[in-house]
Amino acid sequence: MKSILNCDSNKVLVQGLGRDGSFQTQKCLDFGTEVVAGVHPTRAGDNFNGIPIFGSVNEAVDKTTPDIGLIFVPAPFAADAIIEQVDAGIETVVCITEGIPINDMLKVNNYIQGKKVRLIGPNCPGFLIPRKKLKVGIIPGSIVSDGKVGVVSRSGTLTYEAIVQLTMLGIGQSACVGIGGDPLHGTSFVDVLEMFEQDQNTEAIVMIGEIGGTREQVAAEMIKNSITKPVVASIVGQTAPEGRRMGHAGAVITGKSALASEKIKSLKSAGVHIADSPTEIGLKLKDLIKD
Amino acid sequence: MQLHEYQAKEILKNNNVPIPEGQIASTCDDSKKISLSLGGKCVVKAQVHAGGRGKAGGIKLANNEDEAFDFADQMLGSSLKTFQSGETEFPINQVYIEKASDINSEYYLAVTMDFDLKCPVIIFSTEGGMNIEEVAEKNPDKIIKIHVDPLVGPSPYKIRDLSNKFNLEKEISSQLYSIILKLYEIFISFDCTLIEINPLALVSENKLVALDAKITIDDDSLFRHKDLQGLFDETQVNKSELIAQKNDLAYIKLSDGEVGCMVNGAGLAMATMDITMKAGALPSNFLDVGGSASEERIKEAYNIITSDNDVKIILVNLFGGILRCDIAAKGIIEGFKENQKTVPMVVVLRGTNSEEAKEILKNSGMEIYFSDDLPSAANEINKRLGR
Repeated sequence: MKSILNCDSNKVLVQGLGRDGSFQTQKCLDFGTEVVAGVHPTRAGDNFNGIPIFGSVNEAVDKTTPDIGLIFVPAPFAADAIIEQVDAGIETVVCITEGIPINDMLKVNNYIQGKKVRLIGPNCPGFLIPRKKLKVGIIPGSIVSDGKVGVVSRSGTLTYEAIVQLTMLGIGQSACVGIGGDPLHGTSFVDVLEMFEQDQNTEAIVMIGEIGGTREQVAAEMIKNSITKPVVASIVGQTAPEGRRMGHAGAVITGKSALASEKIKSLKSAGVHIADSPTEIGLKLKDLIKD
Repeated sequence: MQLHEYQAKEILKNNNVPIPEGQIASTCDDSKKISLSLGGKCVVKAQVHAGGRGKAGGIKLANNEDEAFDFADQMLGSSLKTFQSGETEFPINQVYIEKASDINSEYYLAVTMDFDLKCPVIIFSTEGGMNIEEVAEKNPDKIIKIHVDPLVGPSPYKIRDLSNKFNLEKEISSQLYSIILKLYEIFISFDCTLIEINPLALVSENKLVALDAKITIDDDSLFRHKDLQGLFDETQVNKSELIAQKNDLAYIKLSDGEVGCMVNGAGLAMATMDITMKAGALPSNFLDVGGSASEERIKEAYNIITSDNDVKIILVNLFGGILRCDIAAKGIIEGFKENQKTVPMVVVLRGTNSEEAKEILKNSGMEIYFSDDLPSAANEINKRLGR
């Protein structure tokens, strides 16, 4: 599958232009993103700041040939929007929507198996490549800067925290990718790490994980075997009580492997540099690239 | 959303999963009547949202209707704290009166989601009636997991293999197969995240019945289950958490804390708690106000935090994105005007309209200390706590 980091064409289709969707689409445009189409079931023929709005994804794809689909559709309809984009042949689908039922994502995951599509999210901030002036999602454009560090995270605002630290220290980013806080999601840490490893513009990697599931352990195993670039990681949720969902549907401690301490242990043994506190990510990375 | 045992059993019964006869009661007199109708001897079970009821005295075997009355009398109006519930006390407002069963063996059966393999999983064990985590640790051989392709459903051959492994008689095996199929159907059609039958008991005449039942529904799916929404028992949830829930705030009360936290974003909220603790103070809550919080929602968040008597100081950490910091600041002031509680507040504001927000807060007359970032905020908190 294609890496999202090195596509020549990055035309974006936006599905779901409600209050938040419209606000965020404008921010993507302001950053320089090439948005070519909007899709809204009742606003076909209308336009969003000159960008044509279509009644269906199929029609929008026919007329505007987008490369990336961005979804702001409300949770009850979001799974259908993902499938609609996949069926229309869009190869990179980014779903920002939070609160999609687990069963819906079960069906989506089953449906996209073996299909030529990369799904990012749901419940994620999307991705941003400063160098390409490409912002697909809700990561604030004002805090990023162009550079050589790849950032990947499960959390939204915490990603911003890490980006700000890097930018303040004069360390720019090659790309920032939020993979989302849901337990059933598309692109994983492993997928993004792989892209960063292959990407000529990335020299070091920041990874931010959290309690719940075993995604960080799977990533640790992969880093040990196939990542040559330096990785700084931080895991949040060390103070979280067992069995309680900490906002994200996926952030629940169920069993030992979901604990922050277990994840940190795996990452350390894979040679990852751990920032004990998420506030130390920037400095930790700075120390590393100085050497 | 967690269901009570009696609600879960109602769903099982309606879907032809065998359960013992029983009825729900909220008075001692009703308990006695039901007991009598079941032949006297019965089990009185406290209906609370906590596991481990048996050991905590929430399940009693009554030999006759008078004992049923007495047990109901002891339980109703009291509250239950179990080894699984931590410090929380769950009020007992109802008891389930169930016909006593002669138990020959106890099994464990559950359907849940395996998020690593991205598919539902059926879990069966011959060690029923026990804590399954303990069995998994000490006797992993006694547990079998059957992963289910959502398109195929539970494959008969896998259940045959399971029966062979544990030498289950054919009669039991066929009942188990039928129960697994029905549970799986319920799991999918009711958008469950967990159905747990512990124990699934083998009773007289070689019949399998669900002696206990726990069902949890995916909160995000409730919009399409209007009939289930009414099953939510507000009395089983911490009062502040309930208010938070009604206002779309993700809030969790933590014991022994002193720093009330107000943050946007779940990840940043967890990070804020971690940093507070690393600095030597304890967070008293997790609170994510959400991406696009309104003034009203922030006001509620402020009210929830200030109504927590454990809170000695508040840490506000907002990173404006979709959320506008100035709107958040107005919400805080609204909350302050409403409840007039003066709790010192350390504030970190960044992102969208943060400068405007600082101006608004500066002129509010509240005791506020501004910090530029989280580490300095943590230091400020320690200073204000006199450390």
